[in-house]
Order: sequence, then C-alpha cells, then structure tokens
Amino acid sequence: MTDLGTHSKFKLANVSRRNLLKGVAATGGLVLVAQFPAATGALADYPTGATAMPNGVVSNPKVFVSIGSDGTVTIVAARAEMGNGAARTALPMMLADELEADWAKVRVVQSPGDERTYGNQDTDGSRSVRHWIQPMRHCGAAARLMLETAAANQWKVPVGEVTAELHEVTHKPSGRKLGYGQLAAAAGGLAVPAADQVRLKDAAAFRYIGKGTIGIVDLHDITTGKAIYGQDVRLPGMKFAVIARPPVVGGRVQSVDTSAALKVPGVERIVTLQPTPAPYKFGPLGGVAVIAQNTWAAIKGREALKIAWDNGANASHDSRAYRTQLEEAVRRPGKIERNVGDADKALASAARVITAEYYAPHIHHATMEPPAAAARMNHGKWEIWAPVQSPGQARDDIAAALGVAPAEVTLQPTLLGGGFGRKSKCDFAIEAAFLSRELGGTPVKVVWTREDDVRHGFYHTVTAERFEAGLDAGNKVIAWRHRSAAPSILSTFAPDPKHPFDIELGMGWVDTPFDIPNIRAESGEAQSHVRIGWFRSVNNVAHAWSIQSFVAEIAHQLGKDPKDFLLELIGPARTVDPRKQVTTPWWNYGEPFETYPIETGRLRNVVEIAAREAGWGKQLPRGQGLGIAAHRSFVTYVATVVHVVVGDKGRITIPRVDTAIDCGYCVHPERVRSQMEGAAVMGLTLAKHGSITLRNGAIEQSNFNDYQLARIDESPVEVRTHIVPHPLSVPPSGVGEPGVPPFAPALCNAIFAATGKRIRQLPIGDQLA
Amino acid sequence: MANLRVNGQERSYDGDASMPLLWYLRDELGLTGTKFGCGAALCGNCTVHVDGTAVRSCVTPMSAVAGKAVVTIEGLSAKGDHPVQVAWRELGVPQCGYCQTGQIMQAAAFLAGKPGPTDAEITQAMAGNLCRCGCYQRIHAAVRAAARGA
Repeated sequence: MTDLGTHSKFKLANVSRRNLLKGVAATGGLVLVAQFPAATGALADYPTGATAMPNGVVSNPKVFVSIGSDGTVTIVAARAEMGNGAARTALPMMLADELEADWAKVRVVQSPGDERTYGNQDTDGSRSVRHWIQPMRHCGAAARLMLETAAANQWKVPVGEVTAELHEVTHKPSGRKLGYGQLAAAAGGLAVPAADQVRLKDAAAFRYIGKGTIGIVDLHDITTGKAIYGQDVRLPGMKFAVIARPPVVGGRVQSVDTSAALKVPGVERIVTLQPTPAPYKFGPLGGVAVIAQNTWAAIKGREALKIAWDNGANASHDSRAYRTQLEEAVRRPGKIERNVGDADKALASAARVITAEYYAPHIHHATMEPPAAAARMNHGKWEIWAPVQSPGQARDDIAAALGVAPAEVTLQPTLLGGGFGRKSKCDFAIEAAFLSRELGGTPVKVVWTREDDVRHGFYHTVTAERFEAGLDAGNKVIAWRHRSAAPSILSTFAPDPKHPFDIELGMGWVDTPFDIPNIRAESGEAQSHVRIGWFRSVNNVAHAWSIQSFVAEIAHQLGKDPKDFLLELIGPARTVDPRKQVTTPWWNYGEPFETYPIETGRLRNVVEIAAREAGWGKQLPRGQGLGIAAHRSFVTYVATVVHVVVGDKGRITIPRVDTAIDCGYCVHPERVRSQMEGAAVMGLTLAKHGSITLRNGAIEQSNFNDYQLARIDESPVEVRTHIVPHPLSVPPSGVGEPGVPPFAPALCNAIFAATGKRIRQLPIGDQLA
Repeated sequence: MANLRVNGQERSYDGDASMPLLWYLRDELGLTGTKFGCGAALCGNCTVHVDGTAVRSCVTPMSAVAGKAVVTIEGLSAKGDHPVQVAWRELGVPQCGYCQTGQIMQAAAFLAGKPGPTDAEITQAMAGNLCRCGCYQRIHAAVRAAARGA
C-alpha cells in the first residue's frame, strides 16, 4: 500500500501520512486527518515537561486516530519503537482504552518524522509514557465523544443518553446500537470537541491501562521474521554501501588508492566523504564509501581500499594517560556545582574522614542492530528510511545536511533493533542521504558492520569519582564531598565546556538526596577526545555506581548493615529541593518540581521492599553475598538487591535479583517487568565487561570478542520485579532507563559481601580471579 | 553453479562462492528475517538451519551449502506456529526483537535434537546467542515451555 517502496519484500508496517490518507479515501470515510490545527498540549490535569519539549505535544484526535467503515481503528505511533513497548504499544493502548476500542480491531501505523504535525517525537529520556499519557487519553476520549455524538445525532436523542462501549455505541433507553464502523463517516465530519466537553474514564473502568495484558504490537511479526528494521530496508534498484571511516575522530582521508577495490566483483563506485568539522553534532565522520551490488561485495571492496589517514588533533589520545588526568583532576578542588553548609570546614574538623576513588571507562551501546539507513530521491523529493529515535529531528538534520527544506525530506522510521541512545544520533542516515545524492538519487543503503559500530560510536563518558565523608565522634556523617571529572556530552555539540552541563549534573549527582548537613559537589576539568553521547541512564550509571558503592564502604568501616546505613543517609521521609543549592539551574529530567519532586519516603520505600523481598539479612554460604543499591533517575525510584555467588577463579553467577520500582501509576506492568529484567542484564554487561579504550586516538575494540556483552549463561537466573502500586493520581514516571543505575553498585556490594573485595574500577573483568 | 534448497524451494547460485549465506539470504533472496549482528559468529543473530543443524549464516560461505537444505525463520513454520514461536509469544519474550529470529532458530534446532532438556542444557544451548535488551530470563523460560509443549 505504500508508493515509497514497491519491492515485494518491502512491506513496512509503517506508512506515510500521505499514504494513510490514500488508505482512508479507499475505505471510504473515516475520522482521520482532514486538517492539522496546531494544537499544542492544551489539555493537562497536571503539568509535565512535555510542553517544554521542541514542538510539545498534540492532543488532537484527528492527528492520531482514524476509524474505517469496517470498524478498524487505526492509531498513529509517532515516536520510535526500540523495544520498551512504549511507542507502538503503550501509547496506542492508552488511546484505545479511552476510545473504548476493541484492541483486536486496532491497527498501529508508524508516522514519518514530522514534529509540526505530531508534536515531539524524540524517544529518549524515558519520557514517552509520562509525557503522552494525558494527550493520548485525551485523544481517545475526544474521539469517543465524537462517536457518541454521531450516534445521538442519528437517533435524535441527547448525547447524554448514549454510551460507547467496546466498539459500539448504545442508546440504553431504546436498546439501539451502532458499531464504530457505521459511525465513522459521520463522526469524522464533526468538529473536535472542546477540552472541557471531554470526559476521561475513571481508572476503575480501564480495560487495558494498568493491566499489563496487551502484548507488544509487533510480537507476531518479530517471531516470524517479518518485522522490518533499518538493516532490512529494501528498495527497487537499491545499492549497498559500507564506509571506511577515519579511525580517529577529527581525522580525514589523506589519500586513497581505489584500484584494487574497484576490481572486486560487484563493486560499482567509490566515493570520498568529507568529515564534519568539530563540534561534530550528528554529522558523519567522512571517509571512503564503497558502493556495490550487495553488502558482501561492499565489505570486500572496503577491505581492498588502501587509505592514508590524516589522524588530526586527537591522534595522541590514550585512555591510560587520560585516566591519570581525570584522577588528578578529582584530587584537587574543582568547579563548585552544589553547596550545602560548609563541607570544607566540616571535613577539616571531622573526627574521621573516609575517602575512596572510583573509575569507570567509556562504554558503548552495541545495539544488536548495527546502524543502517536507506535513502533515495523520488519525484524530486528525498526519502529516507532509518532506525532513529528522534524521527522529527533526524528529518530536520538530514534536510539541513542536504541544504533543502524539511518539506523536501520524508523520514520514515523503521523498527529499531535496540537504541539505548545510539540511534538518537542520525549520522548514519545523513550518510545514506549523501551517498544517494552522489548517485543522483539512486536508492542506496548504508550498512554499518559491527566493527563500524564499535569503533565509530558516540560513547558513554569516562569518569573518575572521588569521595570524602567526614564523620563526627558519634560516627554520624556530617560532611560529604564528591568530585567528578568526565568529558561532557556538550562537547559533541558546542565548543568543549570541559565541565558537565545541567543535564549531566542533574543525573544523580547534585540531586543526591542524603540527609547530611554539609555537602559539596565539585567537577574537575575534562576535555573530550571522542564523540561523547548519551547511553541508557547516562551519567546516572557512574554516579549511582560510585555513590552507592561508597555508601556501602562507609557502612563497612562503621560496622553497620549496608541497608540500614543507606536508609540512615537517605534520612527521614521528606521532600528534597536542590534548587537553591546548585550553581547551575537544577535540571529535574525536564519536569516541573511540583509534579515530580524528590521524595525520600519513596526512595526509602523501594529500599525496604527490595530488601524484604530478597530476604535481606539471611545467612548465605561462603562465597555468596547480597548487595543493595538505590537511585532516583528519570523521576522514578528504584532499589535493587543482587544475590551473587563468586566461584572458582572469581566466576560470578547471579541466582536472583530483586528490583523494586516506584514509577508512579504503572501503565503497563508487564512491560515494566521486562524493562527491569533487561536493565539487570545491561547493568551486568557494563559492570563486568564494558570498556572502550583508545590508543593513538583510535578505539581498540572491534566486535563481541573484545567488546563482550553478558550472555545467558552468566546473566541473572531470575529477576523479580516489585512494582509499588499507586493510583492514577500519582503521575507515571520513567521506566526505560531507571532500572540500570542501581544494578552495578548492588552487584559490587554483593561481591564485597561475598569476598571482601571492593571493586573501585569498572569493568570487574578479571579483578576477582 | 551451486544448487541448494531454501525453505523448500530449489535455488541455484553462481556468484562469489566465498559470500556468506547471510548476504545471499538477505540481499539476493530478500529473506531479511535472518539478521546481521556481527559477521563473526559471535552473536547468533543470523542463525539458520542447514540440513537441520543450527549454523551461523554470517560465516557460512555459499560453497558450504551446495546441495544442502537451508531453512530460515520464514520457513520454520507455515503460519508462524512452531512451538518455539508460540512459546515466545505466550511469554512475551521480545523487547526490540532484532535478535529473536536467531534465538528462535537456535532453540528450534536444539529442541529438535534434545526434546527434554535440563535447565542447564537450555542455558548452554542458548549461550551463543546475544540479546542486548537482556531478554534471557524469558528466552530460557520460553525454550522450557516449548520443550514441554513440543
């Protein structure tokens, strides 16, 4: 049904709006998209950060839902689906619930990138459900009212006498019924009701929201191989390209000998691409592209290239020397980021000072699907298919790179084979557009190999963390100084600030909610030499790991139970407000403090639940231990207890993990569980294996042999997820990311309990051998 | 010229004999259910059956499949109702889904040769297949469920 791809294998479940309209016309009459009023987020019972996002939210049902004369309800998924089930399942499910739609008759279509129409599409920051529950519910409820009104008009009865229920509208006094398909055309002709006319359902009437009974929309396609990811896009006449990129960021091609590569059967053309100058943003790295009749020929052709590189200003960067720089930076006073009381004075007069340093290297997303994108020109306009987390922004970035207006570019997101922040960066899609332009608009797919993915990423920052805790004579912590040095994500987008910016500071650092009278956070200088990007949970990963490890270290020094001591530091249930304590305006995950404050009672609660469910305090055999950690991130509270068994040669096995999560009202408990299960595995990978290192400016790792991911035989046997129940009046918060940060410190604390060995640098690697 | 059977259909191939089966399936035949993950037999995303055995198609050259029967996820069952596929859906295994076809093909070949596996045997059989979303707990449970239902 799409004219964007007519190849027989190219059956995207995604259709463009243009084609959706065609589909609408073909089935005769539906509620869809006659016009697009620029309605931005008018309707909200409580404020969220959604309206402050670029292009905000859209609450217009005519944008998101249509109903065919056969009763099929089509719901537009405008955000990217990368596996947490929010974009293509939870959001449409919320709309369908308010619509009183029968889920079996719901079809989900993927929108193109177009934020002017759909509102913000940046699928990132664990924001989809918390920003879109209100607009999605409103769209569903408004469409339900339109159906009811259409029925009431037809029966000439007051709309108050009719009720929509499970795909039909009933006039109870007379017993008359009309199906949604029968009402679609008339409903589609009505104006969208005013916000104050729309009635949302009571939570007690929810069919799908909060139940966890709806499987992900793509489940059947995924299990039968029909699901289409970026790597799978096929277009008629499409060429295949791989690119040899500069091994050092900021490098460029000095000279290239293409003669051998051009002799490889199937290789058709070789194109040199210019690098993006710093700051790189999402611009391609440049290099030499080999364009061929199939992927294998392109790979073989690339192997035959002889390239001399100018490695540029980062050519001497070395991870070992850089680590020393970071560690030195945190041993001297830094830029003050948060100040409570007088930590210097309190530390100077403390009865005892406990100090520890931690180090965590760069890590990489390593999505199972390496980046890939396809591009072509069709009837004078650019068409791009790519697995991108931010389809609207990717479209604008591609248009800017091509030097055309966004209206000249259609960006159709595919499913994402993992995202984790890597696919927020659309460099690979810009590469595809550039290569198609070189070929005069011919369809071309850029395939990244695993080596390309590992070596040309946007890496999670490397960090040194140093702590000093001052104790009074009664062993109470009276002072806390935490210094951190880590190259900033901002260096990828602007001249290198060499210090963290508000988002990095807010990620579990200057918001540390401890009940300590004197707190100081200082950042050390750190210059970037690679493209730094965000990785699932971002700076929370190292902040939570180091803070929660240090808490357990103090507990040990004082002979206190780690869980009891963690609760002692968190202190009594209260609201913590860092806004007057920080030197850079505090960032609360983009959310208003009034809706999403820091509530230590909720943090305490998840600690107590995880501990209780894990049987905290139970006797374990030698070589086994429990560890606990808790962290608030993405306005959600999570505590994790890891049970570890450390065997011969330091081999780690994890029989059980207990994770307690308070994510406000839980919209889809089953997918929350799956996120917590997955977060434990991702946490294990970064704790045990993850390390990207550079020598002479180039990444040393290449594939899963030297950048290992946790496998099934080392992963937790059982992750138990304990969801704190809340009514709908407690706004939903993030889920995709908050499960990751507590895992590594809980594991390291468990290892300490089992062996007495304290892990102060990641990855754990062979430190236990 | 090599002849082979793919999902029951006779095929002939006269291209580069060193080309991995993966790219033949994906680029030449359009069978994109078999996924590219590493190109080095490290992740198992590209797993298919060759004469009933699970192999990593990314390192299996076309020369090695001459005269062989290849089954991909598209040919595992006519209606997508192989017991492993059914178990995968009942337990809601996938997150992003990208690695799942390789996981399913690995599990299907394993169970065909080992109808009543122990938990440890399931873990061992699936240890070559990576999942970055971390669906392992459910993968294990689904293999066990499929073994019971098979």
